[in-house]
Amino acid sequence: MLDANAFDLRQYLSRNPQSVAVWVALVALILFGLLRYDNFGSAYNITSLLNYNSMFIIISVGMCFVIMTGGIDLSVGSVAAFTSVIAAYLSPYGIEVALPGAILAGIGFGAINAFSIIVLRIPPFIATLATMLGAKGGALVISGAQTISVDWGSNFTKMGMEKAFNILPWSIVLVGFVVIMLWFVLEKTTLGRTVLAIGGGPDASVLMGLKVNRATAFVYLLSGACAGLAGAILASGFGAGQPLEGIGWELSAIASVVVGGTLLTGGLGSVTATVAGALLLGLVFNILNFENGRGTISFSAYWQMVIRGVFLFAVILFQARVTAGRSARIKATS
Amino acid sequence: MSTQDTEMQPGGTSRTFAWGPFLRANGGLVALAVILLFNILFTPNFLQMQTLFVNISQVATIAIVAMGMTLVIATGGIDLSVGAIMALAGALAPLIFLSEFGQTYPALGVTLAIVLPLFAALACGLFNGILVANLKVQPIIATLILFISGRGIAQVLTNGNLQTFSNPSFSYLGTGKVLGLPFQGWLALAIAGVLYLVVTKTTFGRYVLAIGGNERAAELSGGPVKRVKIGVYMICGALSGLAGLIVVAINSASDAARNGNLMELDAIAAAVVGGALLQGGRAPIFGAILGAVIIQLVKYTLLANGVEDEVALIAKALIILAAVYVQQARKE
Repeated sequence: MLDANAFDLRQYLSRNPQSVAVWVALVALILFGLLRYDNFGSAYNITSLLNYNSMFIIISVGMCFVIMTGGIDLSVGSVAAFTSVIAAYLSPYGIEVALPGAILAGIGFGAINAFSIIVLRIPPFIATLATMLGAKGGALVISGAQTISVDWGSNFTKMGMEKAFNILPWSIVLVGFVVIMLWFVLEKTTLGRTVLAIGGGPDASVLMGLKVNRATAFVYLLSGACAGLAGAILASGFGAGQPLEGIGWELSAIASVVVGGTLLTGGLGSVTATVAGALLLGLVFNILNFENGRGTISFSAYWQMVIRGVFLFAVILFQARVTAGRSARIKATS
Repeated sequence: MSTQDTEMQPGGTSRTFAWGPFLRANGGLVALAVILLFNILFTPNFLQMQTLFVNISQVATIAIVAMGMTLVIATGGIDLSVGAIMALAGALAPLIFLSEFGQTYPALGVTLAIVLPLFAALACGLFNGILVANLKVQPIIATLILFISGRGIAQVLTNGNLQTFSNPSFSYLGTGKVLGLPFQGWLALAIAGVLYLVVTKTTFGRYVLAIGGNERAAELSGGPVKRVKIGVYMICGALSGLAGLIVVAINSASDAARNGNLMELDAIAAAVVGGALLQGGRAPIFGAILGAVIIQLVKYTLLANGVEDEVALIAKALIILAAVYVQQARKE
């Protein structure tokens, strides 16, 4: 994937079997839904699916960058909850203040993560776990453990509730724009290459003179910013800052990244496949809801967690085979 | 986390005798002394039997899980599923002794209500272990599966209902007293004694430390790496299951949504505060108990002095960061 010369589809397919798998699964699931349910392809279903999942998509893409460096960010859910409260407090000043405010708050937590990881040399898993607790506590403190209603008079709720050009909700347009930007950063810039190189071999990256610390700081700041954006969308879409939201979001994001074929050891990853992974997870629940509606099955909400776990299990089994094959090939050549 | 090895300078450690090394070696005990002193001075009614009793009955579950976590961390792994396993075991037990069979044969019912959930917890540990050892999945991700779905299974089993019961013989696990102190406290000490012997005196224990120290070397020297790894996850699973049963016994109620919630954080924090290295290679069993006591005392101190729960979360975050930071320094 590192040679940026010509795009060779066959080579791409053979090198990224799992990224391909996620697209195949996504298309198959969409076809299944279209054929089986009348309203599956309705504008309402599509918009509400995308609208709800836009938060998970953006968090997953931020997580994808972190995981590509071989790190992990467990704080995204709590940070999103925190920033949703910030956005709600800032909402009277309008979207032009509330949105940057929320994103800045997210970046602040990202900075704490980056500081702990780079300067204090605390493992990412622990550093972000601590931030997760801190952000959760912080969100409860600043909100007094209450949901904070947004100002309905300002233009803040437009983002989550109104449609751009009467087609798609603003939140989706915004997330789509950010995703394209980040795709560009990963695929076309030195920074993106450095991120992948760190995951592939951190020591080698240092020896090669790559700006490892700067790229590491970037991914945690980015992940914080993405969580901040998700928090703003949450507050805007539901009309309230929600200090208790975000539980388990980090897991959904990690699952999306893994489903999208990004290796958890870092060094390999794709923004587009991560988006596909997030959509796939969202779609699974959308289809389960349709099945519940038809009465063929009646899954309680608790089944969602079980199914999510089973899904993750299946993906991990698949990935274990892929990595085993990869390392076998590496062994054979060395 | 890779830049750290290259950037370390041997600057800070070798100046004067001073506090640095001393604090690093005995940080846990010093912290415990400070917390105790603070409580004796400021917390009303701290030096009372009741306080001791409450804290022991609360700390036992953290300590039991933290010891399992310490073994897993000693192999360089981590187990996020401990809280979910607690919920699962805790949900199973009342289902068994409240069933028709359990009502007709009360003694057998209670025995099965303890044994079967423990087997289920062992099976969860086996699942984690096989993923980590045989399929080479990273521990965080492997145990994430049960972390997500384990509690879901428990809630599906109970339909999300709170199961309340009155069963004195089962509740003994959480409310019984031996020599005036809570039964589960003695249980935790007994487990610590056994695990300490396992770590220091058995080949299994040797391999646990060897795997954490250098897994490849352990494997090349013909060690049963896979079996030992599966073993530690099974022990951790079983201990989590036991802790889940104790929580249910204390409350005389099983709530799958809350049993063991966030326990993975407490257990990891206790293990790390107790001196376990996240990179593996050390298994301070009694350290885990010390860590659990510190975590519990901090919680109690904040609660008893009217600090809100939310702020307590932030305090816990700072403790974890501080402990790992000190530990990173110690490693060099």
